[in-house]
Amino acid sequence: MPLLNFLQPKNDLEEGGRISAPVLSDAGEPEQNCPNCHKDIPISRLRENLLVCSCGYHFRLHARQRITMIADESSFCELFSEIHSCNPLDFPGYREKLDAAAEASRENEAVICGTATVGGQRCCVFAMESAFMMGSMGSAVGEKITSLFEYAVKQRLPVIGFTVSGGARMQEGLLSLMQMAKTSAAVKRHSDVGLLYIAVLTDPTTGGVTASFAMEADIILAEPGATVGFAGKRVIEQTTKQTLPKEFQSAEFVLEHGFLDAISPRKDQKKLLAEILKLHNGGLQ
Amino acid sequence: MNQTPYDRVKLARDSQRPTGMDYIRRIFHGFLEFHGDRRYADDPAIVGGIAWLGNTPVTVIAIEKGHTPKERVERNFGAPNPEGYRKALRLMKQAEKFGRPVICFADTSGAYCGIGAEERGQGQAIAENLTEMSTLCVPIVSILIGEGGSGGALALAVADRVWMPENAVYSVISPEGCASILWKDAAKADLAAASLKLTAEDAKRLGVIEKILPEEDLGEPSYYERIRALLSEEIVRLTHDPDLLQKRYDRFRRIGRIASDRVV
Repeated sequence: MPLLNFLQPKNDLEEGGRISAPVLSDAGEPEQNCPNCHKDIPISRLRENLLVCSCGYHFRLHARQRITMIADESSFCELFSEIHSCNPLDFPGYREKLDAAAEASRENEAVICGTATVGGQRCCVFAMESAFMMGSMGSAVGEKITSLFEYAVKQRLPVIGFTVSGGARMQEGLLSLMQMAKTSAAVKRHSDVGLLYIAVLTDPTTGGVTASFAMEADIILAEPGATVGFAGKRVIEQTTKQTLPKEFQSAEFVLEHGFLDAISPRKDQKKLLAEILKLHNGGLQ
Repeated sequence: MNQTPYDRVKLARDSQRPTGMDYIRRIFHGFLEFHGDRRYADDPAIVGGIAWLGNTPVTVIAIEKGHTPKERVERNFGAPNPEGYRKALRLMKQAEKFGRPVICFADTSGAYCGIGAEERGQGQAIAENLTEMSTLCVPIVSILIGEGGSGGALALAVADRVWMPENAVYSVISPEGCASILWKDAAKADLAAASLKLTAEDAKRLGVIEKILPEEDLGEPSYYERIRALLSEEIVRLTHDPDLLQKRYDRFRRIGRIASDRVV
């Protein structure tokens, strides 16, 4: 039917773009509006597509969804789940924020750690949780990440980490700041014994996490369109009195400036990570 | 001693307070300044080089804010760019090669928040200092002489010993920034300053620093004399420590307070 060829997708990004909405949306099915193309996408369709819109926009994933997406089926074994935050400085309102975050994310902390196999190869994995205080790093996140790298050294395993973070958690003051040094030292020890660390930066990765373990990996990948930077956009605009272009601090911008190895769309990540592990003989028993 | 934490912040920011260059000139002799990161530029917000601490050659690195408005502009108000942190790391690596101890003076409201700084990888530059300093094979002593502004100060403070004069502050975020994010009101900076636990006493109590330097003679010859003596003594001790790197690792490893559900 050559006359209908115009309905065929021209490329990956457009896949389903022109025909999906009228065909696949059931009456009454919940939809999610895409902030990029502004179309309403049926949730079921988004789920099938790893929460990526047909326009290419990557919605945020929960930490456990990330792990499920890349780990071989039922291979994930969680570590350090008993570690979570307290309110060491008696910071006003922090206890309530922690409770609300636990409720919103159904997690007890902003990072999930463990071991898994990816394409049959054993590795350590961590994934940060944006629904828990925007993945901010306090003592507990720092402790879990540090413990995971130390475990990986003992077990001689590579580490794959998904970052998403607003930065250091200000409610723990200096203790949060010191987690940057603590995690960095653990990453360095892991690196110095010749082990591989792959970071996948997801939207947004900023502040103290960018300035520590996110940027310290051997191989740094990012999801398309993810915000990756140190200072917040608003702070830079206030400091420089300039309006910043839309693409500023996008993964594509950061790649262009030489701080990423590659941008990896979500649907390719498992295959790519497995291939990189294989290239390093990562964790092959 | 009746100062509030926010009073301390203001004292720490006072333009008449001794800056990095004042410390370098008054504590060491024969300072030779070396410029540039060998990659992009020379950052005037960070000064570095070699000097004599008594009879010992040391590498000295300082964030410089300047005193007068003109100096402050020239020094970018002590807000380093990535090339500043890369220059610091280059000089530290050089110190390691020649077995020189490293002494850092940090004083910044924070790493510069600019377009170029992001384009040149501010986060990556700081991260690299954190990893490399954690295993640098020579003693490192850092003194936070004024404002210890978050990652921008920490990038010169992954050290064996960290000291603060009594009115210096060290914080994960400025009190104004914290107040405007949490309470949408920068005027609540005094509450934020108190909540952030950013004074030298707090830092010591939290195990983040080892020593508080009294300031009653701040800027006087006796003040620098005392710091010179403390540094000389500490450098000798650290130079002879066979477990230097393990202790540096442990120093940061134990910082943090967590809750745990584990039943022992």
